[in-house]
Amino acid sequence: MTIFTPSTEAEIVEAVQWALSEGAPVEVCGHGSKRGLGRPLQTEHTIALSNHSGVTLYEPDELVLSAKAGTPIAELEALLASKGQAFQFEPMDYGPLLGQAAGQGSLGGVLAANLCGPRRLKAGSARDHVLGVRVVSGRGELFKSGGRVVKNVTGYDLSKGMANSWGTLGIATEITFKVLPAPETETTLVVRGLMDDEAARAMAIAMGSSGEVASAAHLPVNICGRLVDGVLKGEASTLLRLEGFAPSVADRAAMLRGLLSSAGAIEELSGEISRKLWQEVRDVIPFADGTERPVWRVSMAPMEAYKLVASMRMGAAADAYYDWQGGLVWMRLDGEPEAEAVRALIRKYGGGHATLVRAPDAVRAATPVFEPQPAALAALSKRLKQQFDPDGILNPGRMVAGV
Amino acid sequence: MSGLVMPKADAATMSRRKEIVAALQAIVPGEGVVDVASAMRAFESDALTAYRQLPLVVVLPQTVRQVSQILKYCHDNTVKVVPRGSGTSLSGGALPLEDAVLLVMSRFNRILEIDYPNRVAVVQPGVTNLGITKAVEHEGFYYAPDPSSQIACSIGGNVAENSGGVHCLKYGLTANNVLGLEMVLISGEVVRLGGKHLDSEGYDLLGLMTGSEGLLGVVTEVTVRILQKPATARALMVGFPSSETAGQCVADIIAAGIIPGGMEMMDRPAIHAAEDFVHAGYPLDVEALLIIELDGPAVEVNHLIDMVEKIAGRNGASSCIISQSEEERMTFWAGRKAAFPAVGRISPDYLCMDGTIPRKELSQVLAGMRALSEKYGLRVANVFHAGDGNLHPLILYDANIPGELRKAEDFGADILRLCVKVGGVLTGEHGVGVEKRELMPEMFNEIDLNQQIRVKCAFDDKHLLNPGKVFPQLHRCAELGRMHVHRGQVPFPDIPRF
Ligand SMILES: Cc1cc2nc3c(=O)[nH]c(=O)nc-3n(C[C@H](O)[C@H](O)[C@H](O)COP(=O)(O)OP(=O)(O)OC[C@H]3O[C@@H](n4cnc5c(N)ncnc54)[C@H](O)[C@@H]3O)c2cc1C
Repeated sequence: MTIFTPSTEAEIVEAVQWALSEGAPVEVCGHGSKRGLGRPLQTEHTIALSNHSGVTLYEPDELVLSAKAGTPIAELEALLASKGQAFQFEPMDYGPLLGQAAGQGSLGGVLAANLCGPRRLKAGSARDHVLGVRVVSGRGELFKSGGRVVKNVTGYDLSKGMANSWGTLGIATEITFKVLPAPETETTLVVRGLMDDEAARAMAIAMGSSGEVASAAHLPVNICGRLVDGVLKGEASTLLRLEGFAPSVADRAAMLRGLLSSAGAIEELSGEISRKLWQEVRDVIPFADGTERPVWRVSMAPMEAYKLVASMRMGAAADAYYDWQGGLVWMRLDGEPEAEAVRALIRKYGGGHATLVRAPDAVRAATPVFEPQPAALAALSKRLKQQFDPDGILNPGRMVAGV
Repeated sequence: MSGLVMPKADAATMSRRKEIVAALQAIVPGEGVVDVASAMRAFESDALTAYRQLPLVVVLPQTVRQVSQILKYCHDNTVKVVPRGSGTSLSGGALPLEDAVLLVMSRFNRILEIDYPNRVAVVQPGVTNLGITKAVEHEGFYYAPDPSSQIACSIGGNVAENSGGVHCLKYGLTANNVLGLEMVLISGEVVRLGGKHLDSEGYDLLGLMTGSEGLLGVVTEVTVRILQKPATARALMVGFPSSETAGQCVADIIAAGIIPGGMEMMDRPAIHAAEDFVHAGYPLDVEALLIIELDGPAVEVNHLIDMVEKIAGRNGASSCIISQSEEERMTFWAGRKAAFPAVGRISPDYLCMDGTIPRKELSQVLAGMRALSEKYGLRVANVFHAGDGNLHPLILYDANIPGELRKAEDFGADILRLCVKVGGVLTGEHGVGVEKRELMPEMFNEIDLNQQIRVKCAFDDKHLLNPGKVFPQLHRCAELGRMHVHRGQVPFPDIPRF
């Protein structure tokens, strides 16, 4: 077994060329924080980017940051915060959910897993903020795409192409992201006591108003007590996050209180506790229980997702909460992952996708972790993989068996 | 045509024209096939009117099934296809080919579904950009990306070009506002990507399709995000004695944590042309003019207007007018929005360029442009999406003077080279098309370009969709398939290496 820890681009190229010449598939990772996610790999060798680290360009005035792919995301967030900026898509940290320490993720993983957070609806995910990449393909060739400017349609957007590719197309060596000012002020309105369907309607009204809600989540009653030291314990909580300049936040909070006055009692959490609450919603802290009980991440139309949860609850011990106005469901099951039941319900309620983000290795090897694709789409994806990695040496089978 | 070389027409296809027309007529009965030269004239160019070419035949399908059958027929018979929306491309993306079917999507003009609780609209690709906003504005919603061509351009064309507009700084480009697509591959297979939910599983094919200039597939349905209209919007019109001071003002606004809804700059020639045309009240004694729009709740807008006014003052603004009414705000914009036709009034012809630069390089690039303007003896006016660094130099020329188009094109190419040299790119929103095809190697080396062409190969291995666009030279997929690294050629490394 070989673990390559290249510290330059040339060494990454060399490592891939070695793998090609040996016909030896490799696992590609940063610090391995998401190793427990996706299909388990059977490769003998590893290329870890943990030593390929460091910021190569940061110009706050130009809203742009480039760094080598192994740079810890925590380090970058601290650097941005020192200039009052942030990754607006607030990439989640899978560490706690997967039984690992928090803060282990690296920049490459952010793009490879297309991470995002509760602001997804308003601000997008990693794919929406990536501006440029340098990549070593499975052919052992270094190529670049994109650039360092926000507006760029020169050639295909291979930067987006790398998003959510889980290291199966190429190894990103350096990535450029757009960064934005961090919100000056934040507060969270909490509507208490709503059932899931009522919450979906309330969130739709709020998000569809001129209140510019940055994120909307719903925590059913059994989940509430598991965040921010139990502050919300006792009653279901529907969360609406407002961000921006102080006068604007106050004005919009007042407007939304009026708009939702008939929905239920409204409380407010602001400042540090609001920030912590959304970070815990983002990082799935309610299910960070140190077990390997199956956890699903389901993305559907916001007004449909609660129906899936209701149906699942009838047949299995399902614990769930919602982000993205209700369209993102985090669901923990007690027994089997019930993949077929979950996916049949997604089809029944208008489509979407489900990822088995946590389960024991054996289960993830036997169950399609990512949503299976229809034949024509699966064939297209396979052709794309072959164009980047014809010998199938990069993370083979990480996403789909045999690809 | 000036220097442009398009792929050589295939004689075998040309000789089978009758048969191809008949096959298309069988798929799209009635008026859906246009094969008479006089009627095909309407389609011979897009908005890059310097280039014209009659297609082999024009087909206007109405159903996804027809699109699928047309593409399958063309694939099976090795006939090229050029997709077209409304034909407003400024880079020649929809320029027909002599031996290609022109597939016009304008009859796909229905809005299929508006879903307010989920805040999406599902539309056919021929619906105009503004048509979406029109369909939802009575409920207070709109579709955010707003290219200046929005009355005419189609959403399918917007997807193909990843179009932007003045509000993209805050609200994103087409790529950030499209949630789902249905498309037909050249094989005739129908594929759906995304939908009302976010972030599809698998590779981000939606991201690859957006901005792919009709080379990867034909879009037959688009799901877009609709947003609630901001409660208020107000604008500042600020004059500066130099482009440096205006540029610094833009940087300071962003450094203060403010992302305006729109932030546009014009240089002296553009200001004068626009003012002469629409009388918007622009100051004529300034070197640069900024229009800065702030939108959101009234309290926020007022708060930010104060901040921006102070920043402008600190940067030596020579004039600063704040809109007091909706009418006044629209007047500020009238000049900017009419900048292209305004320049059209002072010159028989103009070329609209579209580079993006890191904002801090603005002064250097403007100075470089002035030098080039002298070298070529052609005038240039600049409008600039200042917030995101997207420059639109308008090069003034007269096509009736022999050689002047060529001179204007060379001038334009030099400007784009300059953009790339300072860390920018060849095109911010208009696409590569045929116009900037030969300049691709300025930005990309052979390996970069080959990897892009390999993406093309995954979608369209016979290179039948929109050939001659984007890439200076399309290597055959089989040629590209060869690996550069061969087993045994790399010396066995002493493990572990690094
Ligand atoms: C006056 C003027 C102002 C403009 N302002 C802006 C601006 O502010 N911002 C901006 O970004 N652009 C602007 N443009 C450029 C142009 O309007 C955009 O590129 C627009 O998106 C093109 O849309 P269309 O429907 O006209 O596409 P077309 O010109 O018909 O085609 C453009 C490309 O898209 C492909 N295509 C079209 N439909 C489909 C489909 N259904 N499936 C697959 N491929 C397809 C074609 O093959 C072609 O490559 C402007 C143009 C003009 C004339």
